[in-house]
Amino acid sequence: MSGNQEKLTEKDFKDPYEYGFETEIDSDFAPKGLNEEIVKFISNKKNEPKWLLEWRLSAYRKWLTMEEPNWASVRYPAIDYQDSYYYAAPKEAEKIESLDDVDPKLLETYNKLGIPLKEQEWLAGVAVDAVFDSVSVGTTFKEKLKEDGVIFCSFSEAVNEYPDLVKKYLGTVIPTTDNYFATLNSAVFSDGSFVYIPPGVKCPMELSTYFRINAAGTGQFERTLVIADKDSYVSYLEGCTAPMRDEHQLHAAVVELVALEGAEIKYSTVQNWYPGDEEGKGGVYNFVTKRGDCRGDNSKISWTQVETGSAITWKYPSCILKGDNSSGEFYSIAVSNNYQQVDSGTKMIHLGKNTSSRIISKGISTGNSSNTYRGLVSIHPKSNNSRNFTQCDSLLLTDNCSANTIPYIQSKNIDSIVEHEATSSKISEDQLFYCQQRGLDEEEAVSLIVNGFCKDVLQKLPMEFAVEAQKLLSVSLEGSVG
Amino acid sequence: MKEFLNINNLSVSVDEKNIINNLNLKINQGEIHAIMGPNGSGKSTLSNVLAGKDGYSITNGNISFCEENLLEFSPDERANKGIFLAFQYPVEIPGVTNINFIKTALESKREFNGLDPLKPGDFLKLIKEKAKVLGIPEDRLKRQLNVGFSGGEKKRNEALQLMMLNPSLAILDETDSGLDVDAFKIVADAVNSTRSKENSMLIITHYQRLLERICPDFVHVFVNGSIIESGGPSLADEIEKNGYERFNNG
Ligand SMILES: Nc1ncnc2c1ncn2[C@@H]1O[C@H](COP(=O)(O)OP(=O)(O)OP(=O)(O)O)[C@@H](O)[C@H]1O
Ligand SMILES: [Mg+2]
Repeated sequence: MSGNQEKLTEKDFKDPYEYGFETEIDSDFAPKGLNEEIVKFISNKKNEPKWLLEWRLSAYRKWLTMEEPNWASVRYPAIDYQDSYYYAAPKEAEKIESLDDVDPKLLETYNKLGIPLKEQEWLAGVAVDAVFDSVSVGTTFKEKLKEDGVIFCSFSEAVNEYPDLVKKYLGTVIPTTDNYFATLNSAVFSDGSFVYIPPGVKCPMELSTYFRINAAGTGQFERTLVIADKDSYVSYLEGCTAPMRDEHQLHAAVVELVALEGAEIKYSTVQNWYPGDEEGKGGVYNFVTKRGDCRGDNSKISWTQVETGSAITWKYPSCILKGDNSSGEFYSIAVSNNYQQVDSGTKMIHLGKNTSSRIISKGISTGNSSNTYRGLVSIHPKSNNSRNFTQCDSLLLTDNCSANTIPYIQSKNIDSIVEHEATSSKISEDQLFYCQQRGLDEEEAVSLIVNGFCKDVLQKLPMEFAVEAQKLLSVSLEGSVG
Repeated sequence: MKEFLNINNLSVSVDEKNIINNLNLKINQGEIHAIMGPNGSGKSTLSNVLAGKDGYSITNGNISFCEENLLEFSPDERANKGIFLAFQYPVEIPGVTNINFIKTALESKREFNGLDPLKPGDFLKLIKEKAKVLGIPEDRLKRQLNVGFSGGEKKRNEALQLMMLNPSLAILDETDSGLDVDAFKIVADAVNSTRSKENSMLIITHYQRLLERICPDFVHVFVNGSIIESGGPSLADEIEKNGYERFNNG
């Protein structure tokens, strides 16, 4: 800016983390640390059948033999797994029939987060399965969904009420031995969501879950399983925020999707965990394993994610394209600010014939952050006539941040086509000036340009999520250009 | 008569190089001023300085706008106070639709001036009407801002923004360059139609034929970063005939 006009300073923009509050609810803790007794404690707490306890224990034993992965472009101090709690539940959460039975404090928390359940039910027509800490406390619209035979409930409930479905599909996409964090999750997962869409049913509403880390020092080990039976369709939304705290928190969720013949699953995430402060202190470690299995012919799985939070993100929502003519999509916006580290991307594994995959990744880095796209496209020898298109764009807002694109391509079938495009650019002074000349202040200009940059992905989000995501992008980038 | 712009002994340099030298120019409300000058004489630099672009150092002098120190304001404040620059080289902004961009701009300005945003229906009506005057097809409003627009289409789009924002001081930096014969007439007439007693204009052009249509109150000859002669429209005729030779020689 010219002349002696005052420079805006970062202080002028930065709000303390909007959702940085903690509710005072007594949590029912398992003792600190991790051993077989803790695994049994968790399973027991949840009244789980024996087979599931065995399943957890075998995962735990496997985990003891594994090493924490270190190949990602992220740096963090060693995690002391014995210095964490593996189970915490809000006390009031046992046996809840309706929202009226929910602890008013919980409802208040949701209100602060801007997700009043009741309003959301009626206004948005979204069924909300809200996860507070590790246990689901309220599930709405269940009745309506039941009419269509759709099952949408907490994972614990599913274990008890639909044990056959759970047993049939649990761990079939991500085996207990898959990777360090997924294996840990298999041993100690607390709760999460379960979805089953019966054959031929188009789920009448977007299913949505809000996650939130709350009790101090509690690792989050969510477990989500979505099954779309033949020729069914479901769109699932996952969004989350977390309260401010100083110590790092581990979040190691597992999400498994199964699409049978002709089925389609659309899974959208807005991730806004606490990213740490401007100095890089605090923030969530988000080490998530998400994978979808296009098990049937003509099935389709689509991942869309907007990632703005967490101190460290390690996340590769993937598709296994087993069925012939199946297709997988990955649309991603990953923002990193301050000292955030993102190593994210996808894996598209083409096994069936005529399979197709499409990857669009938009990385925006600013501050001192680092943002890596890491993606694997693998076409197996029998996957005739398959194709992939990948586009990775990075936008850098400052000189101190970094962006990397690491594509791995393994094509073992000569009939198949893999295309990869990548761009990296800095936000241009001329674009900023042009917007400012039309009356937008610097923050608004950055936000407009970034939203434009992300448009291809934002368009893939369900409407109500798109608006939220755009807001989130602006908030995440506040004070980031100077 | 109300004084809008007052440039007083202005000198500006970029990377230690002097570009504007002791420039004086006063524009009152309702007046149209034209600037003609050879390539590289500093006309766009002047536009950018007025609009508040970063990267120029003001080594001497001052600029006031409506009797306030213009240099104290950020580019967006200047814009919202009524200074509009039609860019010589409009910028592409991928992913942002033209119509949304213009709506955002208009809303900022209205908000700044304490007005409510236009109702969507009213906005749509207004922009369609202006687009029609400028011969801009509606589908171009839905395209990404300036992305893939031809040179002439970009210029027409600048004129559209000018008409939508109705600024008190419009600076047109060669808005007529790059337009075909028909577009030239359309845009010139459209610009002329925005003329009013309330608003003023600073028109930078290389062509006397534009000034024939718009008929400015003053024509200034701009050489080496300052105005070396001012007069009426006849000055433009002379330049058209003889070029800048006489002025170069002092
Ligand atoms: N950022 C910059 N760095 C170095 N030189 C610059 C910069 N900006 C402008 N100049 C120089 O300043 C001079 C004036 O440029 P300006 O664009 O203002 O000319 P102009 O009068 O608008 O020319 P034209 O009629 O070709 O549009 C030119 O010599 C140009 O190269
Ligand atoms: Mg110029």
